[in-house]
This record gives sequence, structure tokens and C-alpha cells, in this order.
Amino acid sequence: MDQKTKINALEGKQELTITREFDLPVELVYKAYTEAEFVAQWMGTKVIKLENRNHGCYQFETSHEGNVMFKANGTIHKIVTNQEIVRTFEMENMSIGVQLEFLNFEKVTEDKSKLTIQIIYKSEAHRAEQLKLPFAYGLNMAHDKLEEIFTN
Amino acid sequence: MKLRRDVFQAIADPTRRTIITLVAASAMTPSAIAENFDYSRQTISKHIQILTECELLKQEQKGREIYYELNPNGMKQIADFIEPFRKMWDDRFNSLEAIMKQHQSNNT
Repeated sequence: MDQKTKINALEGKQELTITREFDLPVELVYKAYTEAEFVAQWMGTKVIKLENRNHGCYQFETSHEGNVMFKANGTIHKIVTNQEIVRTFEMENMSIGVQLEFLNFEKVTEDKSKLTIQIIYKSEAHRAEQLKLPFAYGLNMAHDKLEEIFTN
Repeated sequence: MKLRRDVFQAIADPTRRTIITLVAASAMTPSAIAENFDYSRQTISKHIQILTECELLKQEQKGREIYYELNPNGMKQIADFIEPFRKMWDDRFNSLEAIMKQHQSNNT
């Protein structure tokens, strides 16, 4: 089956590319990225600040049971409605460091669109830090699946 | 000769999976790892030893302390390293799609 979300992370590079095709008009995908109300919903985070303008900035904060678990912020370098966002992204108190993100919003048809995110890290090691995180979370899932295979 | 252990045996134990999750976030000393459990320091050391033998963890000497961190090369034996990251984004984007479709139908 063709996957809707694709990751391209070449060995020896300090960048990666995420691509996704949506069954949505490009305007709605752009809206999901630029209106605090929607960002909060799909990212599962509190939006402290989101200034959609050139040289604007943004700030997210995620809490779990009353404790702040995760803080992220960045600067919007360039923004073109329904087309493009160039911004930095940084998770506070993490070893991943600042990353540069190029988001491209593309219209495929009236109700289909494509999002391409190119992320550039400080080094290949910083990129590896980023990839490690969900890997650990996925590990429990992988094990459960193995168990399922062996017990059936 | 050192007994070569199987990676799948290594992740079969829930304590060892928890250790992997802990050091994935940041490199840790054995005592910092042990503080997260009610087991004895010896028990945790044994688990760390097994994970290191399977090359799931690697050691790094920093001053007088030994730190343990995730060994991505060893992890490749279990699954494609990128897949969980892809899955995380896939889940997020599925939720974006569902939320915006709902929004779209509310406005038509």
C-alpha cells in the first residue's frame, strides 16, 4: 500500500524531508498551520503565541496532568498565504537544537493538496537525536506486535 | 567467551524496555537509571549489561562517570529506525485531516 506520509532521510545528511498528501483543499491545510485554534487541536498543544507574519514568532506548550512536559518555539522567517512558511523550530531543554523548516503547500486538485516539509538540523548527530525520540515510544508497540505474532 | 544474546530477548523484558525509553531521552549514568526503579542497583546493572551486550545501549566515559545512551546501530536490528518517526507524523497528519474535514463540513 502506498503510504500517505513519507519520510526521506538519507544516510550521511543533516536534513530530512516529510511529504504528505491530504484529501483537503490547500487553503485548509494552510489554515491548520496558521490558526491557533486548529494547531492546538491537531498538535495536541497549547498555543501561547502564533504571529503569522515575516519575522513573527510562535510558542507552544504541552502539559500532562498539570505539568508542562514540552515547550517549543521558533521564528517565522517568511510566510506566503497558502504557499509557503519558512521558520525555525526548537524544543526547549532538548539536545536536538534549533532546526530550519521549509514548508511548502501545494494544490493538487480542488480538494487535494500536498505538503512538503524540509527540515535541516545542525548536524547529522542532531538529526539522529530527533529520530531517536519516537523510536523509543514505538518500541513498546513493536514488542506488543511481536508478542502477538508469537502467541498466535 | 561472552554469550551473544538475542535482541528480541533483550526487549522482551518490560524493565529493559523502560530503560531504553529513559536513555533515549538523554544519556544517563547507571545510578540515575536505577533511581527510576524500586529494584536493587544490582538488578538494574544486570539489565543494563544485557542491553549493552545486545548493542542496544552504548557506553560513554565522561570524566569519572560512565553514561549509557541508545545505540542507533543496534536498534536497526529490531526495526527500521525511521518508521516510528514516520508513524508519529502520519498520526498527526491524520488528525489534522480529520479536524479540517470536520471544520469544512461545518461551514458548508
